[in-house]
Amino acid sequence: MLEIKGIHTYYGLSHILFGVSLSVKKGEIVCVLGRNGAGKSTIMRSIMGLTPPREGSIAFKGREVAGVKPHLLARQGLGYVPDDRRVFADLTVGENLEIVARPGMGGGWSKGRVYEFFPPLGAIDGRQAGFLSGGEQQMLTIARALMTNPDFLLLDEPTEGLAPLVVKMLAEQIARLKETGLTVLLAEQNQEVALNLSDRGYILDNGQIRYSGSIDDLRANEEIRRKYLLV
Amino acid sequence: MEIASHITLAALGQQILVGLSRTTILFIVSSGLSLILGVLRIPNVSHGSLYMIGAFATYSVATLIGGTTGFWLALVLAPLLVALLSLVVERGLFCHLYEREHLMLLLFTFSLTLVFGDLVKLVWGSDFRSLSLPPTIQGSFTLLGLPFPRYNLFLLVLGPLVAWGLWFLTNRTKIGKIARAAAVDREMVAAMGINVSWIFAAVFCIGCFLAGLGGALVAPTQNITQGMGHAIIMEGFLIVIIGGLGNIWGALLGALIFGLTDAVGILVWPQFAIVFPYLAVVVVLLFRPRGLLRSTW
Repeated sequence: MLEIKGIHTYYGLSHILFGVSLSVKKGEIVCVLGRNGAGKSTIMRSIMGLTPPREGSIAFKGREVAGVKPHLLARQGLGYVPDDRRVFADLTVGENLEIVARPGMGGGWSKGRVYEFFPPLGAIDGRQAGFLSGGEQQMLTIARALMTNPDFLLLDEPTEGLAPLVVKMLAEQIARLKETGLTVLLAEQNQEVALNLSDRGYILDNGQIRYSGSIDDLRANEEIRRKYLLV
Repeated sequence: MEIASHITLAALGQQILVGLSRTTILFIVSSGLSLILGVLRIPNVSHGSLYMIGAFATYSVATLIGGTTGFWLALVLAPLLVALLSLVVERGLFCHLYEREHLMLLLFTFSLTLVFGDLVKLVWGSDFRSLSLPPTIQGSFTLLGLPFPRYNLFLLVLGPLVAWGLWFLTNRTKIGKIARAAAVDREMVAAMGINVSWIFAAVFCIGCFLAGLGGALVAPTQNITQGMGHAIIMEGFLIVIIGGLGNIWGALLGALIFGLTDAVGILVWPQFAIVFPYLAVVVVLLFRPRGLLRSTW
């Protein structure tokens, strides 16, 4: 469904990604593990067209999309959950969801169904999003992406900085999203969450893919994990 | 030097009403400026020129059609014409520049003032025009024993209506909510599948419509001249700055301060009246350098 080949991405003059290649098949959850600053978010931003790669190709559903504008990519079924959450702070929770709602790829998500999926959000429909807790904001960014009815979700560090109980709840909900047929590319530092959720994984370090394999291989290969993931 | 010896309570009251009518026009113009500043993050220097075009267009439409109908129609058509012009400029030129640095955008809007200035000279020549109110709207009624022009009453009613309309637009409509989200994080709005470029076009158009409306409303109250755009853009920016950048209510508050100090200043010390609004700006900025209300910047 998503096929990235040899992308090089820069922020201005700084070279962040060095020939990254990865692929995600329909229905999979694939994780990208790596330390802070490894380039996980840059992969997400490259795919979403926010920081297009200068070299390499990104194919989404068989079509070349490197350099395509973000709003057009979103309409092709890409949902984006940024790592720093970025809720629309001036708007209420409900408004955050309403303004982005679109039939998209027909996932059937509506405000009502999103509130059933994340019950705590339903209770704070009228609250200004800038005043939410970290966990609530994270639920809102995922809910917001769902409202565009994507069939592919870019989830950038959804558990970052959240309390263990909230992390557990979010992990369960992400697993449920997979059951609805959503394909997910997940960037994580939290190995436990990522390994439990994913079908396959990549390890990213200093802008390069260092390892790729099944989750069982990753679990077994402690040396690799220690080398690239331990802080 | 005579100061304040001749002021009666009635005169003060009437002067405040006159000041409030002036406030209406200042508010309408600066709210458009503030809207564009808040959402597009562009200080549109050509806003004053659009106000001038609005005034000239009102003159033309009103004299062409004539009568009361012509006048009211001009008040509607002239701002729409300005909005159309702004849409052409935005889609044709401006929208290709949003990614550029701020200084370039500022220079671009400045260059537009020159283009618009010449456009007015081409179409209307360099003479000033004056438009008198149709007889049906002329005249005054007596308030507190002093005459109060009927047209000013119309302005006093229109001001709050425009304020309410803007509030409704930004808080109750989808496009307004998207614009508020885009003002803070346009990248995230785009990543949710919304074409921010068209939202910007719409906001720019609405903002420029307000410049045109201000020009249309002011047309029958003063001479319509080449220089009128320069004066209003200065006042508009000051109002937006003391109110809080991008804040519509701030524009209202700023316009009130500006309009009222101006009007009362004329009564208190006519020779130095022009100083009072600027003095008020200085006082506000001394105590609230970021403006009275929350800026969206």
